[in-house]
This record gives sequence, structure tokens and C-alpha cells, in this order.
Amino acid sequence: MTMTPRRGPVVRIFAGSRRLASRLAALPNRASTAKYKLRSGALPAGRHAPLADPRTSKRQTLARLGFYVPAVLYLAVFFGYPLAANVVMSFQDYTVTSFYDGGAPFNGLANYAAVLGDELFSTTLWNTVVFTVASLAFQFAIGLGLALFFRRHFPLSGVLRALLLLPWLLPLLVSGTVFRWLLDQDYGVVNHLLLNLGLIDDPVPWLVSPDHAMAAVVIANVWIGIPFNMVILYGGLTSISPQLYEAAALDGAGAWQRFRHLTWPLLRPVTSVVLMLGLVYTIKAFDVVMVLTQAGPADATQLLSTWSYQLSFTQLHFGQGAAVGNVLIVIAMLFALVYLRAVRREQAGR
Amino acid sequence: MPAHRRRIALAAATTVLVTVPGCGLITAETGPNTLTVADYYTAEPGNTALTEILRSCGEETGVTVVREVMPRSQLVPKLLRDGAADTLPDLVLSDNPDLAKLASTGALLPLDGRVDTDGFYDSVLAAGSYQGDLYGVAPGVNGLALFYDRRVLADAGLQPPTTWDELRETAAALTGDDRYGLALSAIGTEEGTWQFEPFLWGAGAELTDLDSPEAETALTFWASLFADGSVSSSALNWQQSDVAEQFVGGHAAMMINGSWQLASLDAQQDVDWGVVPLPVPEAGDQPATPLGGEVWAVPEGERQERAVALLDCVLAPDNMLQWARLRADVPAHPDVAARLVEERPDLAPFVASAPSAEARTAELGTGYPAVSQAISTALQRVATGQLDPAEALARAQREAADAS
Repeated sequence: MTMTPRRGPVVRIFAGSRRLASRLAALPNRASTAKYKLRSGALPAGRHAPLADPRTSKRQTLARLGFYVPAVLYLAVFFGYPLAANVVMSFQDYTVTSFYDGGAPFNGLANYAAVLGDELFSTTLWNTVVFTVASLAFQFAIGLGLALFFRRHFPLSGVLRALLLLPWLLPLLVSGTVFRWLLDQDYGVVNHLLLNLGLIDDPVPWLVSPDHAMAAVVIANVWIGIPFNMVILYGGLTSISPQLYEAAALDGAGAWQRFRHLTWPLLRPVTSVVLMLGLVYTIKAFDVVMVLTQAGPADATQLLSTWSYQLSFTQLHFGQGAAVGNVLIVIAMLFALVYLRAVRREQAGR
Repeated sequence: MPAHRRRIALAAATTVLVTVPGCGLITAETGPNTLTVADYYTAEPGNTALTEILRSCGEETGVTVVREVMPRSQLVPKLLRDGAADTLPDLVLSDNPDLAKLASTGALLPLDGRVDTDGFYDSVLAAGSYQGDLYGVAPGVNGLALFYDRRVLADAGLQPPTTWDELRETAAALTGDDRYGLALSAIGTEEGTWQFEPFLWGAGAELTDLDSPEAETALTFWASLFADGSVSSSALNWQQSDVAEQFVGGHAAMMINGSWQLASLDAQQDVDWGVVPLPVPEAGDQPATPLGGEVWAVPEGERQERAVALLDCVLAPDNMLQWARLRADVPAHPDVAARLVEERPDLAPFVASAPSAEARTAELGTGYPAVSQAISTALQRVATGQLDPAEALARAQREAADAS
């Protein structure tokens, strides 16, 4: 990991493009490749003889910087600007009129005070925690189970694995709508099945009771998130050498011991990446909730993301909506810090 | 670094630098004789009706009309963006509760004295006004009424209810075997609030005073329909289109819905339906339905005079009749409405409620969205049994006051 802790979680998503850009910048000639590698300390000094002439070296620095320009511009325009604008907006009294005449007076911390003082804030925060933790736990556990299952090769395993990717390929609007039908209280298949199996006596009001709605959106979100977890964890599993398992088996390790002492520790780097990316995706989940429950009933599934949307686009308090959005970003950043710290400690420990 | 590679590097960097400011080129340029219209009539029959009327009025006034159609939820955000970029369309067809926020920006042209609205229903003009000036005019409006399944009511030997008490009794009597007595929308958005407003106003309550005893009466009655089991609690997640599906599917004996459903109800064969005005608290009361429908507005700009001329043509009696006929709307002029009722008697309940229909933003203006949100949340809190009506309304009033 070449990340510095100051960068936010969203940068992580773009990290790929940044890395690609630096690789591109490194490509054109050997000298710059050498220097690029040098920076990460992979090559001994003295290999970069062509750098001796100061004029050439200056030109090469310029050229290298030139290759950075597209990535930097991209980040500045599509990431930096919106983020900065959102922060600024959260300190403004931004109304519909502001769009037209551009005037939005600064109002200090009034938006944050309004949001934090709102009766909904604690509910929304708690809902977001429950939704994120429950979604991540089940997505990961089921994803890992499936990944372990598919490591044993059996007929049609490739086909099955491909089919399991389906939830990932479907637009969220489609899967959300299907879940709305499935979980309908009166005519949904889920209740029909549970009733016929005798597991319940009365239809469960999945989407229309404050006690069940959160479970319903978590179920839908878990289903959507399983393929992502499975694919990445499966990739991690295939990189563990089979010989290790053979050796462990020869030493008499059982299935559980092999998992506990081989798979689990060796999979840890992948696990932390999966959980971190999953957290970033889940904490900002929006569409699945909007389709299933519209953040209802009675705010039972109101998350920070849906509340931010509602404040901005239903109530037209754009400043308050921006403030909630920023709270969301800060929370995600905190988790990114924890993650980066853990990674660093792990690397230092090696 | 070989020279040609360096050139490629430079070229790549320059391309990026040049392309980014070039984004301005995307904005469409239109000539003085072309008018743009922004609307959300994506569905039939409104889509074809609108294209047709704009074409014939365009010919009459000598302009070409280009429509920009988008989903409903995107219209206001798009107009806000356009306002910021100074590229507003020449005409806008917007939902009437959204008009106040558009007018509050100062982007719209006041229409008093510019278009002929002589004799229009006062309620229609009120829905198009913001702070005393007319900014939007609707050729046709809609409202809510009670639809019922003729066969089911006849089998039970019941008449369509006219009062709240009758509504409650009839709905309870018709509930049973895979069927609810009544379907309505109690979703946590403006749609849910709009469906509750007839009860709220019917009881004599005001949007500005949500914790009044009258409001409590209204919410208590409304909640009793759920408590009786006459309305499915799934209604908390139903939009009005879902309500119509429940009715057509035979899962509800009656439904509260709008005149825009008439066209699709005509098209189906499953249910033999009738429609009556919404029940009122006591016999003889006037139904108090919210006034619905889209209003035309003209953003200020170089082509505003041509846009006004086009709008005048759209509002002419014959065009108004044609429009309302295709959309099953109530025409904005009583004379035209009377002509249409002769053709289509089932529109009569909607026409009857049009003069007394209330504009949702008349009192609250731009404060309406926050109040609407507070009401729909209160409905859900009561229907799910979290709070009793008095508590929920007190909280709604607090939320509405905080938000405005």
C-alpha cells in the first residue's frame, strides 16, 4: 500500500487510476522506470546513469509530470471540486434561489447545528450502523462460505459461479423492485412460502412495519453484495498454494484447523480489502433503500444517505443535506484510517 | 527520452487541457423560432396529447417546438441546474406544488395580463400564484375521488359511501377473503400527504396548524381504517399507481385515486367500476380535495413573448377541451368543463370538486415540502402504531416549524 493516511476512502476507489497513471508515466523509457522503482526502494542506487546530465533530467521530470496531468486533472475535476463544493455548501444557506442568482450567504455552523439537533439524527445514525454492520457481516460470511465451496472443483462449478454473479450485474433498481414484490405482505412469495411451511402464522409485514423493514432492506442488500465478496475472496483463495494444504493434511490437520491456521491468516490481506471496500459501498447505499421502502415506514430505514437526499431534494435545504453528506464522508474516512493503520502495522510486522 | 515520445506526451497533456474548458460546446443553441419545452409527460396518453397540441399551436403561432421529456423527479433538479447555467427552456410544464419554489427563484415571468385566464376556476389560478402574482396556468387539473367495484358493492347490497361513517362501515363490510375494503396510498412522500389532505381539510384543519383538534379528528378517522383492517398496511408502501393495480386486480373493493386513472381504467375489462365524490365528514359537506395537475410556466428570456403566444394558444377553449379529453383532466374553465362532462359523465365527481379544490402551496408557498414531509411521516407513525394521532401531529408540527 502506498497510501498515506490523510487520503479519504473515496480516493481508494480512484487509487487504481492513479496507480495506472504512475505506471504509464514510468513506461516511456528505462530511466524513468528506474527512478520510479527507486522511489519505492526496489532498485539499488547507481542504476540511473542517464540522469547525470542536468538538462536531460529536468526535461524528463517535466515529461513525467506531464503524464501525471490527466490523472490529477481527473481527480481535481470529478473528485476534488465536488467534495470542496459540498464542504462549502454545508456552511451556506443554500436555497433554490441560490441556483439562479448564485447568492448563498454563509451561515457558519447553523446547518450542522440544525442537523445534529434534529430528532432524526440519532435514529438515522443508528440505522446506518445497523444496516452497515449487518450487511457486511452476512455478505462476508456467505461470500466466504461460497468461495470455500467453489474452491473444490466439481462439474459445472464454473457455470454456477458465473450464475452467482448475476445479482452483481443486475441494475439495483431491478433487484430492488423484485425484492419489493417478493417481500409484499399480502401477495409476496416469501410470506406465501413461510405460511405454507408453517413457519409463521400471520403474514410478516416485511416492508411496512418499523420492526421488520430494516431486516428486509438488509436481506436485499446482502443478496446484492454476496457476489462481490465471493469473487474477491475466491481470488484470494486461489492464490494460496495447494501444497500448503497437502502439507497440513499430512501433519494431520483437520478441515477446521486448516481453515483456522492456514486459510484465515493467509487470506487476511484480501479479507481486509473486501471488508473495507464493502464498508465504503454499504455506508453510502441509497438506491436499494429508496426502491424498497423509500426510507420508511416512519423513518425506520432512514439512513444518512437517504436523509441527505431528502433534506436536499425534498425539503430543498441544500446546506443541511450537504452537512449530512459530510458527516457520512467523515465516518467513512475514520474507518479508512483504521484500515490503513492496520495495514501499516501488518507490513511493519513482517 | 526520444523526441517523438516527448511529443506524444505533450500532445496527450495538451489534449486534456483543451478538452476540459471545451465542455461549454455541449449546450444546445436554438434559433429564435424554435421554442424548447421541459416536461415529464413520459407516459401515454399525456405524451402524445402534448406533442400533438404543441405541434398544432406551433403551426398557428409560427414556431417549432422541441420537447425535453424527463422523469418527474428530475424536472426540478434539471431546472435548478439550467437556472444556474442560464440555459432555461422557454416553457415549463411543472407539477403545481413545485411552482412556488421555481417562482421564488425569480426566474419566471409573471403571467397576469399576458395570457387570457378570464373565467378560469379561482382554485386553478390560486394554484398557479406565488405571493399574489400568477406564474403558472393549468389547462386542466385533477383531483381525488372514490372509485368502487360495482359488482362487489351490488353483491353486498351496499351503496357507495358518501360520509366518513359510511366509508368506514362499507369498507369494513367489504373486507374479507383476499380482498380489502379500501385501497389508498399512505407512502412516505408527497403522494401520501396528498391523499390524506381531503381528510385533513374535510375536518376543518389547516396545513399551518398540524396539531389542532381538527387535525387529530382527521388522523384518528384515517387511522381507524387501518385499525379495522379495511386497508392493508401495505398501503404504507403503495404509490397511487400501485393502488390502482390493487383495485384492478380485485384486491380492493374501493380505492381513493385521481382522475388520471380514468384512461387506464377504461382500457381494462376486469373490473366494472364507478366513481363518486370523496366521502365527507357529515352529509351535505363539500369535498375538500387538493388541486392536482401540471401548470405551464414561462421562464424569463429572449423568446418569452413567443412562449406566451404559444401558451395562449394551448389555453384556448378548443385546445383545452382536447387536452382534457385525452388526459381525463378537469378543464380549467367551467364552460369547457361542462362541455366535457356531457361527453364523459364519469368525470362529473372531479368537476364537482374543482371549484372547492385547495391549492397546496397557497398558504405555505416554498414551505410546503417540509410540511408535506412532516405529514406523511406522521401518517406512517400512526398507521404502524408507533405514536397515537395526537403525539404524531405534535411531532409533525414541531418538525414542520423546525424546517421552515
